Amino acid sequence: MKDKQMMKTIKGIAAPLPLANVDTDVIMPKRFLITITREGLADGTLADLRFDNVGQLRPEFILNKAPWTRATILIVGDNFGCGSSREHAVWGLRQLKIDACIGTSFAGIFYDNARKNGLALPIVSPKTRDALLQFSINARGAKVSINLDNRTITAGEISVVFEMDNATRTSLIRGSDDTLDTLEQAAAIHDFEATLDDSMWVNVIQ
Amino acid sequence: MSRTLYDKLVDAHKVCNLPDGDMLIYVDFHIMNEYTSPQAFSGLSAKRLDVWRSEAHLAVVDHVNATRDSKPHDAASKLLIDNLEANCIKHGIALYGLGDPRQGIEHVVVPEQGLVVPGMLIACGDSHTTTYGAYGALGFGIGTSEVEHVLATQTLRYKRMKTMRVIVEGDTAPGVTAKDIIMKVVHVVRAGGGNGYAVEFAGSAIRDLDMAGRMTVCNMAVELGARAALIAADEITEAALKGHPHTGQFAFKGENWVSDSEAVFDEEITISGANIEPLITWGTSPDQSVPITANVPSKLDYVSPKAKAALERSLKYMGLTEGQSAQSIKIDTAFIGSCTNSRIEDLREAAKILQGRQVAEGVEAIVVPGSAMTRIKAEAEGLRDVFEAAGFEWRPEAGCSMCLAMNDDIAMDGERVASSTNRNFEGRQGRGARTHLMSPAMVAAAAVSGHLADVRDFK
Repeated sequence: MKDKQMMKTIKGIAAPLPLANVDTDVIMPKRFLITITREGLADGTLADLRFDNVGQLRPEFILNKAPWTRATILIVGDNFGCGSSREHAVWGLRQLKIDACIGTSFAGIFYDNARKNGLALPIVSPKTRDALLQFSINARGAKVSINLDNRTITAGEISVVFEMDNATRTSLIRGSDDTLDTLEQAAAIHDFEATLDDSMWVNVIQ
Repeated sequence: MSRTLYDKLVDAHKVCNLPDGDMLIYVDFHIMNEYTSPQAFSGLSAKRLDVWRSEAHLAVVDHVNATRDSKPHDAASKLLIDNLEANCIKHGIALYGLGDPRQGIEHVVVPEQGLVVPGMLIACGDSHTTTYGAYGALGFGIGTSEVEHVLATQTLRYKRMKTMRVIVEGDTAPGVTAKDIIMKVVHVVRAGGGNGYAVEFAGSAIRDLDMAGRMTVCNMAVELGARAALIAADEITEAALKGHPHTGQFAFKGENWVSDSEAVFDEEITISGANIEPLITWGTSPDQSVPITANVPSKLDYVSPKAKAALERSLKYMGLTEGQSAQSIKIDTAFIGSCTNSRIEDLREAAKILQGRQVAEGVEAIVVPGSAMTRIKAEAEGLRDVFEAAGFEWRPEAGCSMCLAMNDDIAMDGERVASSTNRNFEGRQGRGARTHLMSPAMVAAAAVSGHLADVRDFK
């Protein structure tokens, strides 16, 4: 992927979304899942928080208020992205122009899905997260900056190091296609398969 | 060097290390459903890639199909079902589609068909793939991009997890089921407390469970964030595998699929089996549960303003008053089904409570057997008659149904459901729907009482 532009810094307005245990059905309700493509999911993203029962914007919801209507970063509660494995939740966040969610912990499948779609999930301490929540509320449009290269977040006076495993960080920066990259290891996969005896060879009968 | 069962499973499937710090692991068996696979297949087409080894995959229709009838109930679900069939034909992948005698909920069907044996690595685009840990197999949920990755390479990029052992020691009391054990674990470890961990369940209360109970435990381990759940293979596992169509074909011998006695875990938690009571959830996260004999929490139970606010939000959504007794919660609907609790053993337990009793006035009660084979077995045992005589609606087709309401079984705004399922998130069973999780027998007890009730009061 040498021709792709490296993504090293994410910068934008951050919106506070401090609820704990926001599950992927809150991020992308099931009624938007009856689809065979990845597209058209922006309206479904956080739909029940953004819209009321008759589809009107909820004016009190943070992403419906200026300046957070332009937010590209979310500061989120503990265990964000729990529940169903649906990658639609990540596709939807990306289509809503969200580049990063900063939080203390993320569900594993959601974390891996995010990496595949260029959504950065920097992990910080509860104390730092709370400081960033405060900043995002008070900043009135001041930006938060996430540097993937040296794993730092800066926001006004705040400057902290975040946690992100190396493979995820590298993948986000390079914008890699994991499937194509892995196929470069085809010989190793064939070698592994050659070590499997008949008893370890799954053959599902149609 | 002593190793945990988890480490043995990862080591046995490691293809190679990758330069970025991940490793490549080999997926023995991959299961797909109609709703998380379409974009994986279109990804293959867009990149002009073939399926690496088509006989290592199985596709099942279960999430969006109606359970009243074997025909799709609307055009949207038909699109997903037809699309899966077309993709399977194109790539030569086995499909248990609508009307197939092997069809059902993926995590019910796979063990039923003998497709899981100790030592396997199984991936599936569904979070409840942790179920297979009950067999000493490493099962975990993946996203759609990873489904594409498995289809194209038969591998996944993987990071070794930390390990946690949850020991449930001592006999549980009568009326306490595997569902109560795992709900207790989720309550103690909390939702998210298992993020980054592979959890092994051990202790006498786990060893005493049958395979159905072990599957219930491993299934819901994902609710604490565990990416994998495991129970060591033993004589109960071996007995359960006897006579299954595929188990002679893949035996995965040559390794003892248990943790070494000296193996060290990163975390260890012990829970007393004797202290577990039948539980119900009162809130909107699976860890928000209390014993059926207790009360819904009140603000006095919490110190931090954040926790008080979270309680208030949950209670508001659930339409409950703080401190009200669990048994005073009246229900509109009783639902027995899902990959957590729709096996023949679950139906038998619920039927024991329903025998000679009637569903309370005003309660709609539905049971969706987990698979076509489960349904046929249950009918042969007379369970259908018991459910129907009590006033339950017996669904002829299997599927996830009202567990996540992706078909036409949707709870209405404000509707309160006693549910044998796995998640009580806001909107899970329908927009504004209120879910109380519990064991299938407890759902039956609630159905006949009209309110949440203690299964131990039913002799």
